[in-house]
Amino acid sequence: MHEPLIFEHSQPGRRAPGLSEARQSALNLPAAFLRGDVPALPEVSELQAVRHYTRLSQLNFSIDTHFYPLGSCTMKYNPKVCNQLAMLPGFTGRHPLGPASHGQGFLSCMYELQEMLAAVTGMAEVSLTPMAGAQGEFAGVAMIMAYHRARGDDARREIIVPDAAHGTNPATAIMCGCEVRELATGPDGDIDLEALRQAVGPQTAGIMLTNPSTLGVFERQIQEVARIVHEAGGLLYYDGANLNAILGRALPGAMGFDVIHMNLHKTFSTPHGGGGPGSGAVGVNQRLAPFLPVPVVGKEGDKYRWLTETDRPQSIGRLSAFMGNAGILLRAYIYMRLLGAEGMRRVADFATLNANYLMARLASAGFQLAYPRRRASHEFIVSVKDLTRETGVTAMDFAKALLDEGFHAPTTYFPLLVPECLLIEPTETESRQDLDAFVDAMVAIRQRAFQDPEAVKAAPLTMPVRRLDDVRAARQLDLAWPVEQSA
Amino acid sequence: MPYIPHTDEEVQEMLAAIGAVSIDDLFDEIPDALRIDGLDRVPVGLEESAVSRLMQSRAATDTGSVSFIGAGAYEHYIPAAVWDVATRGEYYSAYTPYQAEASQGSLQLIYEYQSMMAALSGLDVSNASLYDGATAFAEACLMAVRANRKTKSRRVLTTRGVSPLYRAVANAIMAGQGIELVELPNRHGVVDIAALAEHAGEDYAAVAVQQPSFLGTLDDVDALCDWASANNSLLIGVCNPLSLAVLKPPGQWGTHGADIACGEGQPLGIPVSSGGPYFGYLVCRQPLVRQMPGRIVGRTVDLDGKPGFTLTLQAREQHIRRSKATSNICTNQGLMVTAATIYMALLGAEGLRRNAQACHHNTRRLAAGLSALPGVEQVFDTYFHEAVLRFDRPLEPVLDALADAGIFGGYPLGDAYPELGQCLLVCATEMRTADEIDAYVETLGRLLSDSRAA
Repeated sequence: MHEPLIFEHSQPGRRAPGLSEARQSALNLPAAFLRGDVPALPEVSELQAVRHYTRLSQLNFSIDTHFYPLGSCTMKYNPKVCNQLAMLPGFTGRHPLGPASHGQGFLSCMYELQEMLAAVTGMAEVSLTPMAGAQGEFAGVAMIMAYHRARGDDARREIIVPDAAHGTNPATAIMCGCEVRELATGPDGDIDLEALRQAVGPQTAGIMLTNPSTLGVFERQIQEVARIVHEAGGLLYYDGANLNAILGRALPGAMGFDVIHMNLHKTFSTPHGGGGPGSGAVGVNQRLAPFLPVPVVGKEGDKYRWLTETDRPQSIGRLSAFMGNAGILLRAYIYMRLLGAEGMRRVADFATLNANYLMARLASAGFQLAYPRRRASHEFIVSVKDLTRETGVTAMDFAKALLDEGFHAPTTYFPLLVPECLLIEPTETESRQDLDAFVDAMVAIRQRAFQDPEAVKAAPLTMPVRRLDDVRAARQLDLAWPVEQSA
Repeated sequence: MPYIPHTDEEVQEMLAAIGAVSIDDLFDEIPDALRIDGLDRVPVGLEESAVSRLMQSRAATDTGSVSFIGAGAYEHYIPAAVWDVATRGEYYSAYTPYQAEASQGSLQLIYEYQSMMAALSGLDVSNASLYDGATAFAEACLMAVRANRKTKSRRVLTTRGVSPLYRAVANAIMAGQGIELVELPNRHGVVDIAALAEHAGEDYAAVAVQQPSFLGTLDDVDALCDWASANNSLLIGVCNPLSLAVLKPPGQWGTHGADIACGEGQPLGIPVSSGGPYFGYLVCRQPLVRQMPGRIVGRTVDLDGKPGFTLTLQAREQHIRRSKATSNICTNQGLMVTAATIYMALLGAEGLRRNAQACHHNTRRLAAGLSALPGVEQVFDTYFHEAVLRFDRPLEPVLDALADAGIFGGYPLGDAYPELGQCLLVCATEMRTADEIDAYVETLGRLLSDSRAA
């Protein structure tokens, strides 16, 4: 199926409904400020636009249409009601700079969300402003640095990051002006404690950890890790990417973490939206609370108000023009009210049940696990490196062949330290039947790899396009219509 | 169980396949001391109908007022088709299009978005969007510091017409890397071009100007652009995308055009919704593209030579380059860009022009009416769709009284601009009717004369 560009549907002079010409007159401004040409936007009817973007949508895989076991991304069902209620005109129509006295409904939701997120993470206070996980990470590291600076401890500029960490972790540390020290993982997936003892010192600002880790296992020595880092004078940062695995089962605050970010678009089921908006709320313990990004919602008596730089003079400042992705925060709030305390614990329970079931079934079907002696958290890693050696079929080929079978591919080639890996996260909202069908597809592809490896390497064949020429995409840049004629 | 499909029987069978007795067993690698029985301080779950009632009542608490606030977030009419299509599950519940073959819809849409932003701005290349206007400004400054090969300067010279909220965010984001903003003084609401002479010969990675400015005024961007290039600085333009339908776009400023443009995408079909989610746009000249942060979609061909779309230039990004990436950004604001692209397709250049003109005329009508009241005067004459009014008394009680009458009167400027104490920034978009504008004038007139009498 091929859908032309919207520009190719365009005809000069065609219009969708809008403001009538009767209300128009020229701008009352000097000509030097005005635009002389007409920007080349498409000219289409409303039906043409609706049909075009509906047809484009049908070229996508999504949670609503396909099982989407993308490891580390928590592609669970996004309840329809969360979107519908967050789009109520009272919420969408509220101006961000409107008076707090006339925004008590919205502010009460945000205050309660702060309280609930603090409760599920075991932290003292929460700021909702970071607009994605990476910005939450930025806020976290910036707070760690502000804490050391406030104590005159300026030599602490090094952030320790495990080699299995998300790429955002080291990139964030650099944005905060820190240096990065990589830490090796032990053979069983836990941190190498001896390497950690060697790494910490008076230069240590902190460590960034995901727990359960990106290897899909719980870091069993987390209390000892916390002790080593704290005794060296550093702080612990929790990357909340995998919070779904322990919701209602364990609290990062109790593990010894000083600061945490939460990916509300993962654990609290706000939409991924084709790559955003995310939401990366941060939680802190008491010692970092003065440094939280502003604004935060405060409560005085039964009234809610914004706490700003005036109330929080040590704040690391503002990370968005207003208060972050408010509408996404509302969706997370609605989701938490629907689930409640019991429902949140069920999230971790059934995400973990599904992951361990899928892992057990794939293992018994002959797939090689990266950590066969460990429990899966809410995700686990399969490595196809033996298959690659025997047949030439790689993890990427496997991923593409799964698309033809009607499944979105798992995350491939991450974490970097496991060769030819597939990181598989089924989430709690998938049924046993769907998991079984996925196993059947994996087994079928594996058989095909032995019988006819070229067929697997040719996949996908049923998608709107076959494999794309990425080299050409990068060398012969075509980033806008019409094609730019420059370098 | 809400959203969990398992039957009791299935749970038992699945546990048996794992070789576990209970779900509790699956958490046995968590040290005992860390395992909890439940969550305190979290309420019990509610049925969907109960949550619906709760949210309806909270939303109702915040409705009923008419807003004349702009200051970076603008209430525009959004055609019903925009969000009806944008919230289709295939857009709403998809992830980042890393598996290109299964994401051609999102990828082609982003390519179309990039094309539209390039057309609006008059520049060559757009990325797939950033978080919001403020972070787009910060990323533009960081990009300029990386991209400017003629200087190693870590300073950006900025007009004070760049939103004070954007400058605050840029300072927070850039502080760790020791990059600072140096502010140019304002005169009559715009940059005093003569004052630039003091900065000649000094090293700046970039000069930043917002057009229209936060105060609604219009700077001599041609002169600023040429001054920047004569001083080996890049020029960053911050623009409301709606204004680009009628105002000279950054690509046409001065002799060579701006190098980078950025801003808040919210006016393109995104509701004001308490400040987000919005999206930031970022466009640049082609030679700077490898210093651009964030995702970029390119058109290429597949194995059969058929056109297709894919994420490209990923060697700039954190998931490949880790600590050497151009930014830590991982997401774009995909869903917001989906809505904005549909919005731009529906309105076209002509629809955007009509909206821009309607906003301009509504604000002029409002400013004329308000400044005819005793004790209120208009401060600047030349503006796009926001006007500054000076009052003869403190604003807070006036704004409170207006809010009690169901009118959000505007944004007080005194904190951000001490030289504009007792000044109010007002905006009337195409959404404000003549009756609403007249009601604001009448209500303010009554309030001012009442308090004068008192």
